[in-house]
Amino acid sequence: MAITVARPNLTFRERLYLPAILSGLAITMKHFKNMLLGRTKVTMQYPEEKWDSHLPEHYRGAPALVRDETGRVRCVACQLCEFICPPRAIKIVPGEIPAADRFAKVEKFPNEFDIDMIRCIYCGLCEEVCPEQAIYLRKDYAITGFTRADMVHNKEKLLEIGGVMHGVVLKWNEKK
Amino acid sequence: MDYYFLFTSLAKIVALLAVVLGIMNYAVYAERRISALIQDRLGPNRVGPAGLFQPIADAAKFLLKEDFTPRHVNTFYYWLAPCLAMIPAITTLAVVPFGSTLFGVPMVIADINVGVLFVFAIASLGVYGIVIAGWSSNSKYPFLGGVRSSSQMISYELSLGLAVIPVFLLVGQLRLTEVVRYQIEHGWMIAPFIGDWANLHKWLLAIPMLISFVVFMIAIFAETNRLPFDLPEAETELVGGYHTEYGSMKFGLFFLGEYIAMITGSAIIVTLFLGGWHFPGIPDGSHGWGWGLVNIFVFFSKVAALIFIFMWVRWTLPRFRYDQLMRLGWVFFFEIALVNIFLAAIILAYFPQ
Repeated sequence: MAITVARPNLTFRERLYLPAILSGLAITMKHFKNMLLGRTKVTMQYPEEKWDSHLPEHYRGAPALVRDETGRVRCVACQLCEFICPPRAIKIVPGEIPAADRFAKVEKFPNEFDIDMIRCIYCGLCEEVCPEQAIYLRKDYAITGFTRADMVHNKEKLLEIGGVMHGVVLKWNEKK
Repeated sequence: MDYYFLFTSLAKIVALLAVVLGIMNYAVYAERRISALIQDRLGPNRVGPAGLFQPIADAAKFLLKEDFTPRHVNTFYYWLAPCLAMIPAITTLAVVPFGSTLFGVPMVIADINVGVLFVFAIASLGVYGIVIAGWSSNSKYPFLGGVRSSSQMISYELSLGLAVIPVFLLVGQLRLTEVVRYQIEHGWMIAPFIGDWANLHKWLLAIPMLISFVVFMIAIFAETNRLPFDLPEAETELVGGYHTEYGSMKFGLFFLGEYIAMITGSAIIVTLFLGGWHFPGIPDGSHGWGWGLVNIFVFFSKVAALIFIFMWVRWTLPRFRYDQLMRLGWVFFFEIALVNIFLAAIILAYFPQ
């Protein structure tokens, strides 16, 4: 059965249609004028203006390796992050520290440490799992590259993003 | 053969084309900026200072893209259609007086005595570009766009033609330079009473002229396929309408043809109703070439103002439904324009100056 939709009875002013058009034009002109006078707030102009200063403390950006105060790479190549990484973005090739070295007690260091930033999902599990507090998620979010190979962060790149981290646990330390 | 005439005509043609193509390119930019400002955005502002080189980038993009012809189209008409969309719009400008005189040369390319008839005759050809594009594309959406456009343009052509008759009842000539001359002597068509406030005849005349102006303007909107009458290309319903199957510069020609048609339409409105190149207090070109240039500038300023109104309306109103469009054209504007002719005739006959 067909349903008859009740049409509203329009007043003469509404049926004339022109007042509605004119008020519409007035509204758009108001927006136009306010934009010209700079009264309207517009979207952030991204590359010029950035939101960096508003990033929260817990912001999870690109993962990075850090050095300790003696300049040693904190990572001990335990490969826990590699195993926990859900998208398997991390690849570590461990190396052995020679017995004569000052840090011989640490035994291992990462010979290669690659994070594929195409795969990384910024979950922060690597940071959670790291027993040495060697990997951190920093506030870098604009990770770009021209090729897929460009998007793989190697050890140098990771250390460059990470920098130095002071005064946190060192489980292999003699004093403990 | 009069070499002086030939040379000046050629110079005028080249200059006018340069100016109009320049306006057209920047009309596209203006459209994008104005729409953005109306919608509380910023619009293109990256290429050059404030995005002013955007038209150049757009043109480069159109020219460098692959000129692809789908296999299922009728190739000859497929190639013909973009040209047909562009040419009538430019040709119409030939009879529009865009200035007074410059170094004694009248600033109109062809001052022919059928003036406005020529405009209508050539402007009507614009529909062929769209219809042929829609048909030759051999695809459903362009075909619907073409059919819609032909019916729409034919419907509004009628009110377009009828709306200007009161103007010519008054002027008594079809020559567009005469229309401008009449307006200089008797006040602009849209407001003939300015400067002659006590004249009842002119106040009465303003009524049919205002109606003519509104109907003509709306009909021009429909003729140029601008919103709220852009049914032939209705993106939401017909993908891209008649130019769905077109790419690169062939699409560019359709796109720019629309803007040229808009400039031409504005130029005709300015000539018929808004006093052409005349502005109160500015002398014509016989007082020195500087004033001649000022007259040309005044004309194009008026055109630019009208183009702004075109864009302003476009970003305000929603598109009409097809039956509403037809009803509006045949039931309202046609009748209003027809009655308006009688109104103007009665005023001219029974309330003489």
